[in-house]
Amino acid sequence: MKITLKLYATLAAHLPAGATRNQIELEVPAGTTPADLARQYNLPPRLTHLVLVNGHYIPPEARATTVLAEGDVLAIWPPIAGG
Amino acid sequence: MAWHRKILRVNLTQGTCTAEPLNMEWAQQYLGQRGLATKYFCEEVDPKVDPLSPENKLIYATGPLTGTMASTGGRYSVVTKGALTGAIACSNSGGYFGAELRFAGWDMIIFEGRSPQPVYLHIEDDKAELLPAENFIWGKSVWDTEALIKQRHQDPLMRVSCIGKAGENGVLFAAIVNDLHRAAGRSGVGAVMGSKNLKAVAVRGTKGVGNIHDPKAFFAAVNAAKKVLHDNPVTGQGLPKYGTQVLMNVINEIGASPTRNHRDVQFEGASKISAEAMHEKRPTDGKTHLVTNQACFGCTIACGRISRIDETHFSVRTSPQYWGANGGLEYEAAWAFGNANGVDDLEALQFCNLLCNEHGIDPISMGATVGAVMELYEIGALSKEEIGFEAPFGSAEALIKLVKMTAEGEGFGKIVGLGSKRLTEKYGHPELSMSVKGQEFPAYDGRALQGMGLEYATSNRGACHLRGYMVASEVLGIPYKTDPQATEGKPELLKAFQDATAVVDSSGLCVFTTFAWGLPDIQAQIQAACEGDWSLEKLNLVGERIWNLEREFNLKAGFTAKDDTLPPRLLKEGCKTGPQKGAVSRIDIMMPKYYEVRGWDANGVPTPETRARLGL
Repeated sequence: MKITLKLYATLAAHLPAGATRNQIELEVPAGTTPADLARQYNLPPRLTHLVLVNGHYIPPEARATTVLAEGDVLAIWPPIAGG
Repeated sequence: MAWHRKILRVNLTQGTCTAEPLNMEWAQQYLGQRGLATKYFCEEVDPKVDPLSPENKLIYATGPLTGTMASTGGRYSVVTKGALTGAIACSNSGGYFGAELRFAGWDMIIFEGRSPQPVYLHIEDDKAELLPAENFIWGKSVWDTEALIKQRHQDPLMRVSCIGKAGENGVLFAAIVNDLHRAAGRSGVGAVMGSKNLKAVAVRGTKGVGNIHDPKAFFAAVNAAKKVLHDNPVTGQGLPKYGTQVLMNVINEIGASPTRNHRDVQFEGASKISAEAMHEKRPTDGKTHLVTNQACFGCTIACGRISRIDETHFSVRTSPQYWGANGGLEYEAAWAFGNANGVDDLEALQFCNLLCNEHGIDPISMGATVGAVMELYEIGALSKEEIGFEAPFGSAEALIKLVKMTAEGEGFGKIVGLGSKRLTEKYGHPELSMSVKGQEFPAYDGRALQGMGLEYATSNRGACHLRGYMVASEVLGIPYKTDPQATEGKPELLKAFQDATAVVDSSGLCVFTTFAWGLPDIQAQIQAACEGDWSLEKLNLVGERIWNLEREFNLKAGFTAKDDTLPPRLLKEGCKTGPQKGAVSRIDIMMPKYYEVRGWDANGVPTPETRARLGL
């Protein structure tokens, strides 16, 4: 199934080749979780801070159990702030 | 001590400058800067005064840590009755001016009256004098004013805080700008300064800030706090590299980015105007928009953005004065000119930001007011003939023209310069002003983030994100993550944020430190620098006291509980897209609890018990 992976700020360096504007469409097996993709793309756990699926926050304890669905958008940020 | 114990009173009507001792009893109750200046202001000014009359006063105030070695200790505030809002105004700025004022030996400047002729205040340590601005800097831009003053006084190290043409022309959201692109931006403090015929404050100080209560303890506290900032991924890495603009994509992703005058909550062009986009090489010249980051005085975060506009862009192709590296874009300005108007042209947004720096304008209210113009145009309430050109959402050309006309006070720009509240009333659609107490919203949707909606509705200076930044918790997980749509617990959390922010704004430090520092980190520095008891318990009380003092000023000025609300769009029209789809603000649920935790009655008035507890 296809999902969209978005990595922002310092995590952008972990995006695979072919990504544009911080995002890339990926073919992933059924049952894939945010934690699976974070591991696959070597995201440092300390910097895997804001994990959103379709804009909804996924807390740390649910990142290995939330199963992505066809068309989902997984977006991840390190700790950030502004104002 | 930390305080110099000395304030400067400038009577503009009489042309006098007089030194006075600082009221140390009040300093122990209100700390400094925002709190102490508000105390002076409330004691001296009738809350019902016309903001643009000589009876209004304008206070420049530093905190006890301004100019010290504390990280970010460069802040100053401008306190007055806001021209845009008619409410208490406190606009804070960074840069280097605040520290220089302290180096000259002053804690605060109180301007009163109105000068018969345009003047500027020149300070050199103890010497303070009013000098003529006519045929010199009156009518000049912020940038030219600073250059001319430095040239006349033959002092390149002088620091200048001034208004541009907008403040002179009575733009109600005019800002006061220092160090070319740092600003006391909100509520129209620049319009008040202009109404007093006061163009600039130029200061040179050589005394330093040496009167620290316990230097050894201060040294230790400051170093420990700097390590916290350095080791924190937000203040040590994220903010220096990406600046506040890093929020553009995340706020959009969670569906909390007000777009096209709050019609929408997600902007399809957000990625083109984000922090990440500022790091991309342009196809036209192969250069990145962002040149470098920049720090204010004493700051070890350095979140400021310095960018270079594309010389081939239509806005500046024939205007080389804009081609150099300059301040911006910060998140709020990018949002206000971009998302609020549906414009995704990064260079156009930076040009509008430059115009705001050059002419002394609050970019948030400027951009948001243009958003109201564009919606009025699209629904047919404003015609092409009245504006002078077509102004649909998404038009960078119209956006730039409207900003220029507002700065210069030309044609339809005079009406835009009144702000969205007055503008939408004039054209029969007051419901289209996206504002609270007359001040336009910043870059977060009060429906998508319930706590922010409550924050806007209760902010003492009108809609503002910096009085209790609930985004930190609702989006960023600082200090802990809360559900954006939850209402339970938000009034209590907001009160804690508001009170703590009032303390930070009264200390001389930057509120951005609180992404890493807790109040104990700040308390240790204040306690070491200042004589007296500055325990956590006392600081919390000081913050609450400041908040209630501001509230009481607004109540006496004529505001009531009815003003603690949001535009009907946020109360009735659900978010159209994204994860918060369908959400409206539930301040109706949260407000009674907020009043209760504040110790206010059902009408939002502090009870006698609350007043007694806070010593009001």
